[in-house]
Amino acid sequence: MTERVNRFVLCTSGDSVKVYSTRTEEWLHSLQGHTNQVTGIALNRANHLQVYSCSADGTVKLWDFIDGILIKTFIIGYPLFAIYVSEKHDGIVFLHIAMDTDSKNECFQLVAVHLPKSAEQEVEAKELSAVSSRISPNPSCTAFGREGQYIAFARHLQLNVYFFRKQKTYSFSLKATDKKGAKNAFTCIACHPADDCIATGHEDGKIRLWRNFIHTKEYTYSTQHWHHNAVNTLCFTPEGTNLLSGGIESVLVQWQYGAGNRKEFLPRLGGSILHVSTSSDGQLFCTSHSDNKITVIESSFKVCGVIQGLVKGDAVLTDLMIDPRSKALVLNGKPGHLQFYSLMRDKHLYNLDIVQQEYIYEAGLDQFEVVKAAFDINGYWLATVEERGQKSSDLEFVLKLWAYDERTQSFVLNTTITAAHTDRIISMCFSSSEETTMLVTTAEDGQFKAWCQGADADTQQDQSFWSCEFVGSYHNLKPTNCSFSADSSLLAVNFQEVITIWSPDTWELLTTLCQPPGVVRDLCFGRLSCSKYLIATTTRNLLCCWNLLTCALEWSTSVEVSKLQPDPLSENVAAFSYQSKHTDLFVFKPSEPRPLFTHKNMCSEKIHRAVFVPREEPLNNCDESSQWLNRSQLYFLTQNMDLLTFSTATEEDRMLSSSKRLVIDDSVAVTPFYLLLGKHRQQQQKLNTPSHPAADKPQQPQGSVTITELLHTPAHVLPAASVLCSMLVSSLLISNTGVRKDPLREMESSEQEMNSEKEEEHSEEEMEACDSQQELRAQGSVDEVTPKLSKAQERELKRIRKTDFSWMTGLIDSKP
Amino acid sequence: MASFKPTKVPFLPKLGEKVTEETLYWKNYKSPVQIKEFGAITKIDFSPLPPHNYAVTASTRIHIYGPHSQEPIRSFTRFRDTAYGGRFRGDGKLLVAGSEEGLIRLFDISGRVALRQFKGHTKAVHMTSFLSDGFRVVSGSDDLSCRVWDVPSAVELSSLTEHTDYIRALAPSKLNPDLFVTGSYDHTVKVFDMRSGSSVMTMQHGHPVECVLLYPSEALLVSTGGRYVKVWDLLKGGQELVSLKNHHKTVTCACLSSVGNKLLTGSLDRHVKVYNSSYKVVHNFDCDASILSMAIAPDDEALAVGMTNGVLSVRHRRHKKDKETLTSRRRRGPSYQVFVKGKNFVPRQDDFLVSKPVKQYLRKYDKQLKSFEVSKALDTALQTWTRTSKPDVTVAVIIELKRRGTLKNALAGRNEERCFCLLFFRHIFDPRFSRPLLMVGDIVLDLYQQVFHQSPVVERLLQRLMEVLGREAELQQELLQVLGILDTLFTSLTPRKEVKFWIGSCRNTDQNVKACFFQSMAR
Repeated sequence: MTERVNRFVLCTSGDSVKVYSTRTEEWLHSLQGHTNQVTGIALNRANHLQVYSCSADGTVKLWDFIDGILIKTFIIGYPLFAIYVSEKHDGIVFLHIAMDTDSKNECFQLVAVHLPKSAEQEVEAKELSAVSSRISPNPSCTAFGREGQYIAFARHLQLNVYFFRKQKTYSFSLKATDKKGAKNAFTCIACHPADDCIATGHEDGKIRLWRNFIHTKEYTYSTQHWHHNAVNTLCFTPEGTNLLSGGIESVLVQWQYGAGNRKEFLPRLGGSILHVSTSSDGQLFCTSHSDNKITVIESSFKVCGVIQGLVKGDAVLTDLMIDPRSKALVLNGKPGHLQFYSLMRDKHLYNLDIVQQEYIYEAGLDQFEVVKAAFDINGYWLATVEERGQKSSDLEFVLKLWAYDERTQSFVLNTTITAAHTDRIISMCFSSSEETTMLVTTAEDGQFKAWCQGADADTQQDQSFWSCEFVGSYHNLKPTNCSFSADSSLLAVNFQEVITIWSPDTWELLTTLCQPPGVVRDLCFGRLSCSKYLIATTTRNLLCCWNLLTCALEWSTSVEVSKLQPDPLSENVAAFSYQSKHTDLFVFKPSEPRPLFTHKNMCSEKIHRAVFVPREEPLNNCDESSQWLNRSQLYFLTQNMDLLTFSTATEEDRMLSSSKRLVIDDSVAVTPFYLLLGKHRQQQQKLNTPSHPAADKPQQPQGSVTITELLHTPAHVLPAASVLCSMLVSSLLISNTGVRKDPLREMESSEQEMNSEKEEEHSEEEMEACDSQQELRAQGSVDEVTPKLSKAQERELKRIRKTDFSWMTGLIDSKP
Repeated sequence: MASFKPTKVPFLPKLGEKVTEETLYWKNYKSPVQIKEFGAITKIDFSPLPPHNYAVTASTRIHIYGPHSQEPIRSFTRFRDTAYGGRFRGDGKLLVAGSEEGLIRLFDISGRVALRQFKGHTKAVHMTSFLSDGFRVVSGSDDLSCRVWDVPSAVELSSLTEHTDYIRALAPSKLNPDLFVTGSYDHTVKVFDMRSGSSVMTMQHGHPVECVLLYPSEALLVSTGGRYVKVWDLLKGGQELVSLKNHHKTVTCACLSSVGNKLLTGSLDRHVKVYNSSYKVVHNFDCDASILSMAIAPDDEALAVGMTNGVLSVRHRRHKKDKETLTSRRRRGPSYQVFVKGKNFVPRQDDFLVSKPVKQYLRKYDKQLKSFEVSKALDTALQTWTRTSKPDVTVAVIIELKRRGTLKNALAGRNEERCFCLLFFRHIFDPRFSRPLLMVGDIVLDLYQQVFHQSPVVERLLQRLMEVLGREAELQQELLQVLGILDTLFTSLTPRKEVKFWIGSCRNTDQNVKACFFQSMAR
């Protein structure tokens, strides 16, 4: 759900509301405070710098979204599913709540809540009055009419209009289908801001404009049809001249109001459009898409900004991978694309178009999807497999090899192999040696093939293409996994129960390893000092480790392993085990009998994808339990498409200590994809902090409270620079004259100061939660720079801050 | 907002020979000029001097043609019997020729009557040539002897009878006036030195030698005979360097191109093959009849091939000038200036640059696909020119329509005329296109089953399609039979003791052989 003012876009994301700038497309801050999914936001009509948000935790919160300050919390007590406000009903919000406890029926109720005006921060609002109980669960099926005179809501085939003045509900219903097979169920509603007109979107893509509904019998409607699938969202521009609509086609359609069929299109915006909203002056439109993206559009119908998070597809078919060059996380992105996502900066880098075909946004159409991808060790080659027709019998798949182009800094298609195998490719891997790159693919046709890059002597071209070098099979069994040893001198391919070891130089079958119970599910070689070990997991809950020098089974344990992931930079191997409905993590070295790290009951879903992300600089962590995270970080993806990670205690501290706007490493930042991560991290924090001594806190931002406060206060609420200037300069001057004698003594004194400051703050009744947070955070650094005299000034500054500068905002808004 | 992605026309492997620089060079000849002679052409020789006239020996006469003339500019007809081996002297002023009756005649190019006649051979003289000093003539005869004649006095200087069969090949050394090479039907190639008066080197070719040829450096010697072309290294004492077997009938003639010394051989199997420096065939000229003689002009300007049916076919090199005349005939497009107008403008420092969006140019079918006009897009792709010369485009559009799930819609609702072009699409047996096209065929049959009989044109087309399909099915069956035979052969060839994986690799080669078979069959 998005809501926007001229300069800011607000969107709900998990348990917070995020504020983005429309000009720079940057994330400014998030409004955090809800404890459950935020289900709706609505601007406060009385004060357009404030926003209401409602959440499934049963509260409505009022925020100042420019500063990111929580103003009030209204406790309703029921899970809320949507919020609406109208300018006519001041102090009243309309909410969707579930009817009774019978959640199976999905009965929802629209209630009006009178928000009590009290000075307290937390208010219980119990004055509920039901408006209607015939409400669709879809929040876009309810809308306020002209000047808040009526409210229109639809459910299934019935449109209801409730007039506040008459206190009456008129309902209009449509037939379920007609002769042409139309599906008439309502999907969304928008009301014209100045005219008595209701626009409704329908499941078959029709848009109906209802008029004259004040008289039940004489109502009329006109139908317009462009969308070929359900209309997801409708929105009138503030003047009511245009109607915007969007659906699964990913085309934003602008209908001219009252001009019949005249319309404009903005195609190929991204995933299917979920919401459209307009700014209050009608200059900007904003669409949110199913692939975790917000598009900002000018009123001249041009895209002027894109806010993109980690692209969320239906499923991650490829493994999680790390691009060895950019250290970006690579996985399925937009349909037919691979996305490169920087975990360090928590930013979407780019999408690599693999399929290179026009994507048709149509439900139920079988299109090419990237199902496998692999990087070679230098990041110079990328191999991808795209597949189409998984459901039908004729499977089409293409193996593509991409070379990295230094000039354009991206991957360029080198070779396309259309019929690499006669059946589906199951797995592929690159050799890990630096000198020669070789790709091995295994397929369901019982063969594995080795592909090599080689110049074709006959064509005499400069470019060298990939061609098949060797085709291997073993007793017509189906190969599933393949893996190269660390030095690429051995290739292990498993054929159901049998693991075969080949020499890639001579293509000689060196040996076979056989472990009767169960088909081998996962296979990997040990690294570094453990490179003589081969580890495999079977479907019969066995984790086996062979010593390749003796070709004998070194050890095996009975554990159900769903994913085996070796760390490329160390000997460690991570194994995710799924037992009795929760996942455990074991990190072990193949040479040691005891696991390095175990984490029981990590999450409740099965884990199929995981990756070790190498750190930019290794940590010096002495703590034994987290030593395995020193060189790389483990990321994993659950079945619910949540991307989680493990982090150490020191990192947590650094994250906490750094200013909230600089929290880069905080993966919770952008997307709902990362939603659970936040909670998880909190858990971890609890888990990790007890073992961690508070002594090795990293360096904290320096600077006096005054300065930090000055810097953190939004510019438009600050007094004029001339007022502040002299104060600032004087504070700086004094700080320089501050005596520094004994650091120890100063430490002590500063601690005392801290305590005293705390007390002061409490006494001052600092209302703004985030301010106090900042204070706390800044205290660590108070020691050196805190000037004695500045305290008075500090207070003065606070006072200045607290004085009401809302008149200024009026000025600011009136200017443009 | 992403832009529309046009239909991707896949790059398909081209069947047939691969295009290289060499093939392009050798392809750059115009279509041959055919000149009819009275009998089989046994010898062609280019004059070493410009304008590089050439002497053609056929039947009882020798004609001299100018480089571009269709008519002989001079002819020597004073032969009582068949003339053989007319060859120019190094200065291009004298011409020597043997004959069936054993007489050797020497002509002046400008004259008509023989200047000298060398008598002495008792049987036909097939090969004559000047030695490189220009004062002596060497001849090889069917009387097993090889004689050297003095031009001024017309006397026989020496007679060498070392061969035991007809001498049919002769090549004098250009660097040493006393050396020449002969090839004989006794399967040997001999190098004679006049100073010692005997052969200094003998090489066993293994087949009756039809032609010998010295490289300009005279370190390498080429001999042809039987189906073999052999290259000998003279500096290593006549060691065989390479033996080529690219013709399937006797190789009758060989010559060297002056650019890059590429070897060309002509054979009774009606092919001229061009070899690159590593003796791989890079190009092939096809002729109408068995080739007896061949010569290439200096600078490869013209290639003259003489055949058994008396046709002389001359191919002239195509020049850029010719191309220009071709293009000038075409309609002139806008000039270069129009396209670069304003493109190379460099803005000054304080100029405010307004960037113009680059317009995406789409093909017509892509434009129609963009606006979801599938039937129209299919029509565009099925236009006669596209479907005949660029079938890959048509097939790409069909595949794209199938991917969009609208192929059936695009095929439906066509009238007779538009259906006609669907059925006329005859790449259905091209293995690269057959799959989508068969699918189209299926859908068309499904859709129009009821109404086919209403149109005689379409019905006829359908019948033809059925015939062709039947033929293809038969062919496939035969191929499968061959495949079965091959399989049994390969399994019997594979030694049993080998490990399993070796069979895997062997099967791969097996498949390659099968693929080769398929390709050759398909051709």
